[in-house]
This record gives sequence, structure tokens and C-alpha cells, in this order.
Amino acid sequence: MTRYILKRLLLVGPMLLAISIITFLFINLAPGDPVLAMIRPEDRVVAEDLERLREGLGLNKPLYVRYALWLREALTGNFGFSYINGEPVLKRIGERIWPTVELMGAALVISTLMGAVLGILAALRIYSIWDYALSVLSLLGLSVPGFFLALVALYIFAAKLQVLPAFGMSSAAVGTQNPGLADHLRHLVLPAMVLSVELVASFMRYTRASMIEVLNADYITTARAKGLHERVVVLRHALRNAITPLITIIALRLPILVGGAIIIETMFQWPGMGLLAIQAIQQRDYPVLMGLTFIFSVLVLFSNLLADVLYAYADPRIRYQ
Amino acid sequence: MTVTTMSVEAEPIVINQSKNTAWRRFLRHRLAVFGLVVLLIFLLMAVFAEQIAQHDPYRGDLDQLKQPPSATHLLGTDAAGRDVFARLVFGARISMLVGLTAVAISSVIGTLIGLVSGYAGGVVDNVLMRFTELVMTFPTFFAVILLVALIGPNILNVIVVIGVLGWTGLARLVRGQTLSLREREYVTAAQALGVPLWRILMRHVLPGVLPHVMVAATLLLASAILTEASLSFLGLGVQMPTSTWGNMLNAAQSLPVLTNQPWLWLPPGLCIALTVLAVNFVGDGLRDALDPRMGNR
Repeated sequence: MTRYILKRLLLVGPMLLAISIITFLFINLAPGDPVLAMIRPEDRVVAEDLERLREGLGLNKPLYVRYALWLREALTGNFGFSYINGEPVLKRIGERIWPTVELMGAALVISTLMGAVLGILAALRIYSIWDYALSVLSLLGLSVPGFFLALVALYIFAAKLQVLPAFGMSSAAVGTQNPGLADHLRHLVLPAMVLSVELVASFMRYTRASMIEVLNADYITTARAKGLHERVVVLRHALRNAITPLITIIALRLPILVGGAIIIETMFQWPGMGLLAIQAIQQRDYPVLMGLTFIFSVLVLFSNLLADVLYAYADPRIRYQ
Repeated sequence: MTVTTMSVEAEPIVINQSKNTAWRRFLRHRLAVFGLVVLLIFLLMAVFAEQIAQHDPYRGDLDQLKQPPSATHLLGTDAAGRDVFARLVFGARISMLVGLTAVAISSVIGTLIGLVSGYAGGVVDNVLMRFTELVMTFPTFFAVILLVALIGPNILNVIVVIGVLGWTGLARLVRGQTLSLREREYVTAAQALGVPLWRILMRHVLPGVLPHVMVAATLLLASAILTEASLSFLGLGVQMPTSTWGNMLNAAQSLPVLTNQPWLWLPPGLCIALTVLAVNFVGDGLRDALDPRMGNR
């Protein structure tokens, strides 16, 4: 197992290098000029100014030199500097990581709990009206686009009922006192709930399928034959085995969660990495985009690895070669 | 991932004992039939948009800005005085077009790479699968937004980018199926008879993987439609004045519009949800009909 993990870790380096090269080429060869995106059309800018800007950003050097420079910056730790405000990319991304982690974490907790509970209930009442309703609801959860759900949630809770705030992370105006944790959590409710819907649906489907499989296993029949109470059979014998595969699914969903976070953060103006991604795309802030691609790819690589490892850990029958 | 728990084929999967059996199994799946009907309605709407719409989706009536639904404008008008129902009907055309063509691209790439990789084995397989993993490592939605924004947000680019990034799962699925089909007697027989490689792949291996491709492609269609909608919603996909369900919702990003003109964003949102739901139902039904052994995951 340790050897397998090491082998996979060795692949991470070349993978990330390849990804950075491909992303770099795409970003820099694509039509569109970051310098032109930077200036305001109403300013009178002459060609020399543009040249000077280009030179300042190093954009006049050949492509491979620029990549080498980027790589050096990446390895020495700040991933270059934002075209927009000259800050180190790592600092810009760094201040956005925590809000995203918080949002995704909240969504993961909600969806894991709800998905597991609903999935188990559906499996225990298999082919009942509840099972049927839950399976239709879960397909609905997978089908409704996150942004539409967000609009509906905003319409009901923020616009009509006015019980929850619509945008941002807190209602602090500039220069006022921090309104505190409760206010912050109130801002978290809507985006986290909306982000978790799709996950609840998918976790529920997995839990249901896995619970049904487990309930048909021989050792459950044995446990029942021993005359154990049904509650004990379900809670002690079935539940543990049914839940473990879910760990893998959660790890595999992490990268997809990033996509959801991009949309949800943009809609709720939640200042995380997703909102930064959209801003950087609109401003053609290439160094920030490179940095974000890098971080998202690392997340994908490690959550896949995590999924494999957790899977083997949870089920000793799995062997990797 | 090299997980080895899959119960290895104990007996050959007998797919399509007859086409009728599969069709009958599909018809027994009530939600799938419902999904198919919904999809057909939307498809007809897309094809006959001109006849159904009654209004020009692009020309606004400046006396009729932001009108609520009425007899003349069934779903009201938007901020430029354009008929929302007409835009919805024409939006169906774009959403269907983008979804179907993107999935066609993904399916062709995925099937070819999977077939070649699984059948050739060895170095070819290794290279193709490492490449597939590389593409999978790109965070899909972010990569789609980034690429479309870089090469220019228009219908063609949206289709190509979604199609070109969407084939990886399918390629791995097809490869797995090809690996087991490759060992069948009839394939060995064809090889012994000197049937050319291409013909073996197309005539003897492809029919065996096709049911799996169909199921996977249906699920891909759902995600392609969702991706296009999200992209256009963010204003980074298909641009105005062309209407798609996604960019019709774009206006609702402002709170006053969201609150006061629900007719602008509710219908397109419901259309997207209903279409994707229908596609998912059809996918479920297809899976049960074509190969009951694929399980219920």
C-alpha cells in the first residue's frame, strides 16, 4: 500500500508540470490581450505606453522564457504577480482560500449527513412510497442547475421573506465594528444549502444502493437468524459497511464541488477562490489564472489519490498493484 | 485508478437478444417514457421554433418593456421589450443544439480512444490512458469557463470546448468493455481469418460497447446542457442577442429583476431543470433496458 501511494505521489509532479505547460500555452496563445484589458478605453493611450506596460509585465519576452520565469516563481513560492495590482499571486489566492474551504466544508457536512440519513431510510423502506419519492427527489436534485436553485433561494428567503442576507460574508460596512459570528453564519446558510443540494442527491443514491447491497449480504441474514433485534442488525451490522464506500465518493466529488463553488460564490458574492476565478477571467489576469488552475489541479489529483487510499483502507479486500 | 473489485464477467453479457426486448423493457420504465415524451416536446419546439414563437425573439417592442405575462405576450417581455416566450422557444433550439453536438463530439472521441486503447493494449494503451488521466485532472468546469473565455465566447466555441473536455469517463468505460470483448472467440476467429483491424473494431467490438456508450452519452447530455446553461448564465457562454435558456437567466442576477420580474427567469430555469431531469430519466431507463446488469448506480 505504501509503495502504491509513493508511486502515485511520484506521478503528481510530472502531471502538474504537464498541466502547467498546457495551461500556460493556452492562456498565452489565445487571442486577447491582457494589456488592452487593463486600460480603460476613455484614457488616451498611445502605442508606446502599451509597449512600456508589456515590457513591465515581461510580456515582450519569448514564450519559453516566460514559462521558465513562471516556473521559477512557482517553485520559489509566490507564483508570480497579479497583472491587476502587482500582488503576489499566492497572497491573492491565499486570502480567498479560507472562505471557499468554509463554504465547501459546510456544504460537505450538510450533504454527507442528509445524504446518508435519507439514503438509509430509502433502503430500509425499499420500494415504498417514501423510497419512490426520495428517488424522484434525488434525480430532481441532480437535474436542477445550481444557479437556478440559488435564484429561487434568493427569491424566497432574501427577497420575499427577507429572513436571510443575499450577498457577501458579513453585513459589516467599511469602518464599522465586526458584526460577529452569528451574522457571518447567517450569510453562510443560503450558499451552503444551495451548494449541498446536488451532493445530498448523489450521496443519497450511493448510500441507498450500498445499503441495499449490504442488507442482502449473508452476514445480515446470519445476524437476523441469531434473533438479534432489527435495530441492532441495522445499526451495528449493516450501517458501518454501507457507509464506508461513501468516504470514497465524497473524496471524488471534491473537484466537482469546485465547479459548483465558482457559480455559487459569484452569485452570492462570497469572496472565495471561485469568485476570484471569475474576476481573473474577466480581467485577463493570467498569473492569477495560472495559479488557480494549479491549485484546482492539485485538489483534483489529491482527492483522487485520497479516494483510492480511503477505499483500500475501508475495505481490506481491495489490493492495488 | 486500478481498483480490482469489479466482478469479472462470469458469462458474456447478452445484449440485444432482440431489439424488441430492450424497447419493451424501456417502455416498462414509466419515468423514462415520461422523460422521452418531454424531450420530444422540447425537440419539436426547437425544430419548429419559427412556427411556435409568434413573435420575433430578437426585435424588441419599445412600448412594451418589462411587461408581465398577458394574452399577446404569453410570458411577458424583457427589459428590451422582447417576447420572453419567443426567446424561450428559440432558446430551446440553442440549448439542444449545443448539448447534442457537444455530446456527439465527446462520444466519438471517447469511443475511438477507448476502442483503440483497449484493443491495442501495451504502450498505446498506456500512453492513451495517461493522456486521459491528464485531461481528467483539469478541473472541468473551471477549464471550460477559462477556455471559452480565452478563445472567445460564441456557440461554436462553447460546443467544441464542452465536447473536447467531456470524453474522458466514456473513454475509460469503452476501454474496459473492449478489454473483455477482445478475448471473445468471435474476435479471435475474425483475427485468424485475417479481417483488417479497423473492420474488427467497427464490426465486432463496437456493437458490443455501443449500449454502454448510449447510456453514458445520455448522462453526458444532461451535464452538457447544464454546463452550457451555467456558462451562459455567468455571461461567459453564448452571448446576447442569441437567446439560450442560460443567458435568459443572466438578467436575474440583479436583485430588483429577481424580485419584481419572475417571469423573466422562472420559465427558462424550469425548462433547463425539466430537460435535464427528462434526460436523466431516459438515461436510467436506457440503462435498465439495455443492460440490467449495469446495476442501479
